[in-house]
Amino acid sequence: MQTGKTLLNQAQFTLTIERLCHQLLEDWDDFSNACIIGIQPRGVLVANRIYKRLKELTGREDIEFGKLDITFYRDDFRMPEGPLAPHPNEINFIVTDKKVLLVDDVLYTGRTIQAALSALQHYGRPLAVELLVLVDRRFNRHLPIQPDYVGISVDAVDEAYVRVRWQELHGGDEILLFDKK
Amino acid sequence: MWAMNFCYLIKNNPSSRCALRRVNDPKMKALSTRHLIGIKNITEEDIQLIFETADNFKEVINRPIKKVPSLRDITVANLFFESSTRTRVSFELAERRLSADTVNFAASSSSVSKGETLLDTVNNILAMKIDMVVMRHPAPGACVYLSSRIPANIINAGDGTHEHPTQALLDAFSIREKLGDVAGKKVAIIGDILHSRVALSNVFCLLKLGAKVRVCGPPTLIPKHYAELGVEVSYDVRETLRWCDVANVLRIQLERQDIKYFPSLREYHQYFGINRQMLDELDREIVIMHPGPINRGVELTSDVADGPHNIILQQVENGVAIRMAVLYLLAAKQ
Repeated sequence: MQTGKTLLNQAQFTLTIERLCHQLLEDWDDFSNACIIGIQPRGVLVANRIYKRLKELTGREDIEFGKLDITFYRDDFRMPEGPLAPHPNEINFIVTDKKVLLVDDVLYTGRTIQAALSALQHYGRPLAVELLVLVDRRFNRHLPIQPDYVGISVDAVDEAYVRVRWQELHGGDEILLFDKK
Repeated sequence: MWAMNFCYLIKNNPSSRCALRRVNDPKMKALSTRHLIGIKNITEEDIQLIFETADNFKEVINRPIKKVPSLRDITVANLFFESSTRTRVSFELAERRLSADTVNFAASSSSVSKGETLLDTVNNILAMKIDMVVMRHPAPGACVYLSSRIPANIINAGDGTHEHPTQALLDAFSIREKLGDVAGKKVAIIGDILHSRVALSNVFCLLKLGAKVRVCGPPTLIPKHYAELGVEVSYDVRETLRWCDVANVLRIQLERQDIKYFPSLREYHQYFGINRQMLDELDREIVIMHPGPINRGVELTSDVADGPHNIILQQVENGVAIRMAVLYLLAAKQ
């Protein structure tokens, strides 16, 4: 089995999440007119961590949090192997006139974020949208999309891929880089 | 303002239970067929896949902006050789919600009235680069005939007295939504079984999902060997209502009856019609369904058709979600 190169171990992972939360607090105050939306499926895991930590730091239980599924907005819907499995949308609030923090795990080509922006339009007209990603693969972009908050930047060839492992699913938090699939 | 009044209903979405399992697997199983001709030809896994996909589309059709761009590069032709309200509008809405382009064809205003054959009609339409065909035709087997002769995906919207697969899927989906699961439930299909494509598709679908099925109606309107399908047969509607959890009541299909199968509509209603008093006399609440259009005062009285026991309008809403799911999954088989 291929073993990946560890980009962030457990301790570094926790520190990165902490740093991102403090950056957000610096720019977003107390999230009173804002919401956090995680992109299904893996962006939701990042968004959950950020959301829980922000609740502890601000003392607020009413920060709005949602999950956005972009399956029906993707431009690669008719893949040869079969249809793409959709995930649930859970956005129980209005995004109109709110600042939206879109959260995903890995920013690669930017096509997922493009689909997410299209999907978000169907939920209202946000005041502004900012992007937080755990991993930014800086030089693999297909579209002019850049993150506002970055956990770690990774420079890798197209064949390489990044995997984020989670305590909830894999028994530990870490980010790994694999040479090829 | 719409923005002030909406909220999303996904808390009880069954597919959210599977979300974590699918985190690392964006692709799902495809349908085992590239046409939807009948429930007889699809598997239980296909039906569950359609239901899971329809759960997501039900959320889409409850948003203020009820559209997703998934089928923006697909053109669908709706060929209706028989009259229809619900099915035609439901399919057209499903296609538009998926951003597909739609072309509507009504036999009465076409060259069919000049004697053009079915295959010529369809081939001429397909020459204009249509990707999918939704067809309702009075001849049983019309969709099977076409499926081996044209390249487009075909969805059967009802072929004579044979099958109406999307109706059966939305009926079973509605039962699942109302009662949690179809398996183990007792479902009665009451009415004109002989001429009903809805009845046959429902029997196939419900049996595949593990329900117990009973058909009930006048002996003249239940085919002779129907029990061989694996269903019970009854001629007593009151006893059937006491037995069942769900009663799917069918319309008397007068337009398909070449001879008289019962003395009068009044007598049919006396023996097989359902009224509010009959439901109140039961020791528990049952669910009433009807595929529409309702002959008020014949199979159902107005106090049942408009009463609290039925989920008729939920069936209509679910029909759009089911048809979106079928179109989405079949488009992936292009």
